[in-house]
Amino acid sequence: MLQKVVANASEAIKDIEDGAVIMLGGFGLCGIPENSINALVQKGVKNLTCISNNAGVDDFGIGLMLKTRQVKKMISSYVGENAEFERQLLSGELEVELIPQGTLATRCMAAGYGMPAIFTPAGVGTEVAIGKETREFDGKTYLLEHAFKSDFAIIKAWKGDAHGNLVFRATSRNFNPLMAMAGKITIAEVEELVPVGELEPDMIHTPGIYVNRIFKGTDYEKRIEQLTVTKR
Amino acid sequence: MLDKFGIAKRIAKELKDGYYVNLGIGIPTLVANYVPEGIEVILQSENGLLGIGPFPYEEEVDADLINAGKQTVTTKKGSSFFDSAMSFGMIRSGRVDLTVLGAMEVADNGDIANWKIPGKMVKGMGGAMDLVASAKNIIVAMQHVNKAGESKLLSKCSLPITGLGCVKKVVTELGVFEITEEGFKLLEYAPGVTIDYIKSKTEGRLVIADNVFEMSI
Repeated sequence: MLQKVVANASEAIKDIEDGAVIMLGGFGLCGIPENSINALVQKGVKNLTCISNNAGVDDFGIGLMLKTRQVKKMISSYVGENAEFERQLLSGELEVELIPQGTLATRCMAAGYGMPAIFTPAGVGTEVAIGKETREFDGKTYLLEHAFKSDFAIIKAWKGDAHGNLVFRATSRNFNPLMAMAGKITIAEVEELVPVGELEPDMIHTPGIYVNRIFKGTDYEKRIEQLTVTKR
Repeated sequence: MLDKFGIAKRIAKELKDGYYVNLGIGIPTLVANYVPEGIEVILQSENGLLGIGPFPYEEEVDADLINAGKQTVTTKKGSSFFDSAMSFGMIRSGRVDLTVLGAMEVADNGDIANWKIPGKMVKGMGGAMDLVASAKNIIVAMQHVNKAGESKLLSKCSLPITGLGCVKKVVTELGVFEITEEGFKLLEYAPGVTIDYIKSKTEGRLVIADNVFEMSI
């Protein structure tokens, strides 16, 4: 019997300790594991290394963990929406590694596919390439980038079942299925926890083998960063 | 002289039927509003959407459906969603026909800088380094000079580089420039702008195309 379902976020993250390396899914505030982030803030774990495309905004998402100084290092591709982040970075309180978005995604993928490294052209000739091994293929230079190693991956899906099978919705998919594959322990929070068998096998984005813990999240705010509408 | 809408309109003329196009944040996003009649282009959003539709009506707004600028958008008939690795797979494997992005500086050899001002602004490169390293055709949409009035078309980028020798064309409020071995080649100048004025605002090597003409937008 698979025992993956846990009661709530605090149960799911209870063994995350100070100094852990954690991946957090989402693009901007879209598809972020809101419940788990709140639980991490409540637990007060410190010195975290967070791998996430963005760093939230000042009062939502990973921004909440920055405000409480729980993050020692951020590994991200774009952090432009967060003033507190920029302040901590420029003052040297926060360590930051900025990496190209495709490299971030593919380093997650490599981890989930059991491959130690990848070659990418992104960043060749830039600061990103400093100290990295390069190699030429067909006359073009590529950088060697290693698969991520993380203690936990915390992701958000639309629907999931007790086996850990997951389905994502629209662009909230983004990094979530990749990080799901990449964590030593993967924690999935879902909007709907459905009975095993309800998800069509053909429609499953992340097979349950990648998911260690799953719970039904509550009170999703799903904050919108840039509300843009067409006027009637 | 063009305003930002004029720059977008002029870039839209570079679109061809059947193109897959990635538009960056800012002026590039506006290009979507000026797709010429009778052609179909499919917009790629690197957060995982192919076939970006218009902004939603108020009652259709969906927090799970955004573009790479984090703006709420819609899908169109034939749209698809995918994860971020596949998204950059499309980009890296050269399937995106045209990339339009903004820049802080462009050098006359096609180098681009658009992700960092040391000590001042650190927002990150997002997908820009992946895009410029792989895209077949890169057009930069930007203002010709910075806030201090200094040229952004340079002989060498002074800011940290995003990618080397990758830009093909630059469209500013003053004109259209192709990157060639001789430097920036002025192909078209904006209405009401003289070539001498463009020369005075361009620090990098500038050559004037033999058949240079005033652009029509």
